[in-house]
Amino acid sequence: MTAVDKRLSTPVIWILLLTMPYWMDAMGGYTELACRVVVLGLAAMALNFLLGFTGVLSFGHAAYFGLGAYGAAMTIKFMVPSTALAIVVGVIVGTVAAAVIGALIVKLRGTYFAMVTIAFGQVFYFIAFRWNTVTGGDDGITGWQRQPLNLGFTTIDIQHSDIAFYFLVLALFAFAVAIMALLLRSPLGRTLVAIRENERRALFLGIPVERHIWLSFVISGAFCALAGSLYALLSNFTDPRSLHWTLSGNFVIMAVLGGMRSFWGPLVGAAIFVVLQDYVSSHTENWMSVIGLFFVLVVTFFPRGVVGIIKRRVVS
Amino acid sequence: MTLLRVQNVSRHFGSLVAVDQVSMTVEPGELRAVIGPNGAGKTTFFNMISGFFPPTSGSIVFDGQDITSWPAHKRVSHGMARTFQITEIFPELSVRENLRIPVEIAAGFRLQPWLSRKDDVAVRARLDELVQMGGLTDKADRLVGELSHGDQRATEIMMSLALRPRLLLLDEPTAGMGDQETYDVTRLIRRLHRDEKLSIVLIEHDMRVVFHLADRIMVLAEGAMLAEGAPADIAKDERVQAAYLGKTQ
Repeated sequence: MTAVDKRLSTPVIWILLLTMPYWMDAMGGYTELACRVVVLGLAAMALNFLLGFTGVLSFGHAAYFGLGAYGAAMTIKFMVPSTALAIVVGVIVGTVAAAVIGALIVKLRGTYFAMVTIAFGQVFYFIAFRWNTVTGGDDGITGWQRQPLNLGFTTIDIQHSDIAFYFLVLALFAFAVAIMALLLRSPLGRTLVAIRENERRALFLGIPVERHIWLSFVISGAFCALAGSLYALLSNFTDPRSLHWTLSGNFVIMAVLGGMRSFWGPLVGAAIFVVLQDYVSSHTENWMSVIGLFFVLVVTFFPRGVVGIIKRRVVS
Repeated sequence: MTLLRVQNVSRHFGSLVAVDQVSMTVEPGELRAVIGPNGAGKTTFFNMISGFFPPTSGSIVFDGQDITSWPAHKRVSHGMARTFQITEIFPELSVRENLRIPVEIAAGFRLQPWLSRKDDVAVRARLDELVQMGGLTDKADRLVGELSHGDQRATEIMMSLALRPRLLLLDEPTAGMGDQETYDVTRLIRRLHRDEKLSIVLIEHDMRVVFHLADRIMVLAEGAMLAEGAPADIAKDERVQAAYLGKTQ
């Protein structure tokens, strides 16, 4: 990584994110699409905290995303009509689940770990799917709406203004991403990279490897849950698909597509994924084949992802 | 006080007895060599001391504490560091980044999600010191994976040293090295022993290195202790000569 693109990439990304709702329309998109890019980008970056910076592959992060979504939706529908509380509850529910499941599976490695994350993810999917009376079953949780955000001195109408909601999402995204960036630059973050690079050496430097993987898993799950609760608020709806392992797989695709060794890579991957999905699915039902083909091409020819290509261009 | 007391440790792998009832004591400041023909159980013996796996029977006391069933990372944080026969480093990180991780761990920052400016300055100063001591000054910002075998080994030893251990275990530190590299690494170990007063146990095949460095030598053969003593006595020992010629007894 050169100093030039490191200094350039972050401001460029922020300028694009801050102006996205304004040029998205001109590009044939819409504000909700911009929201989806940011929310799924957050989920992919959260997954990548574990995948790219700790070296641990989870194929079950939709569980924490979906629990965040259900937590937020059920809070507003059944408890208190408050957007802020919905987000808090969503994050807590997802984080607690990640903490418990993480503790159970942290001894496993590699493929075994990935398989068990899928299995646990599917448990939540089937609960949501079957428990009609509480979760609404296949129909999901409908008939509720995100509420205007009361800040005490003023109220922001995120209910009717898509742009206002976009900036709420972006603010929370900024907060989450800043924390992840700070963590990765800290001694704790460096122990995670040490585990990714050489687990045996990490252990014999005195790092309790399993405890640190667990920490990374919980942090990653927490931000994934935040993304999930925002996703439910975005569409005023959630259903069992937000828990399904295919969504977990999509998060992995986004991270790998964008470049999992890069901090912003998964966001770029998510943007490509979401826009491609939106564009192609309006032409054909087989949009997944197109994304699949694109994914295979990128992984085959540019194993460091789209960000890897850009970096190489900048350097040469 | 004795630094390390290993008592009658054995390790069985199924029906194979890799190490059989071996004992050893290491005093503070001592440099002990463990030698023996291939398959003598030297690395297995090391793995039990460092906590890679527990002994089947026997006990290990380090610095007054019974560590027999402790996990490896806990032994490390109580002052026992080791290197491996096949170098274990972070090949895709620079020398400085490799060293930075143990320096921060030794300073107690392992779980810290931030680093104050003052601490960062202290960490960097310690890094410079270690880089220089390891003779790595002009390579400090290169990826370790790109360096020569000797420099990788030096990095691994300095990473262990960065932990400020009281006991350093070196598993064949000169394995697979040319003469110049062997000489450099031997000099580095000697300096750590003499100047840093570090207690060291090392496994080694190169007898020049062993007789140059060791205060005492323990000889293992077929999983059991064959002899123990000062280098001069070991050199004269007929059983040891026999073992190295392929005959036991």
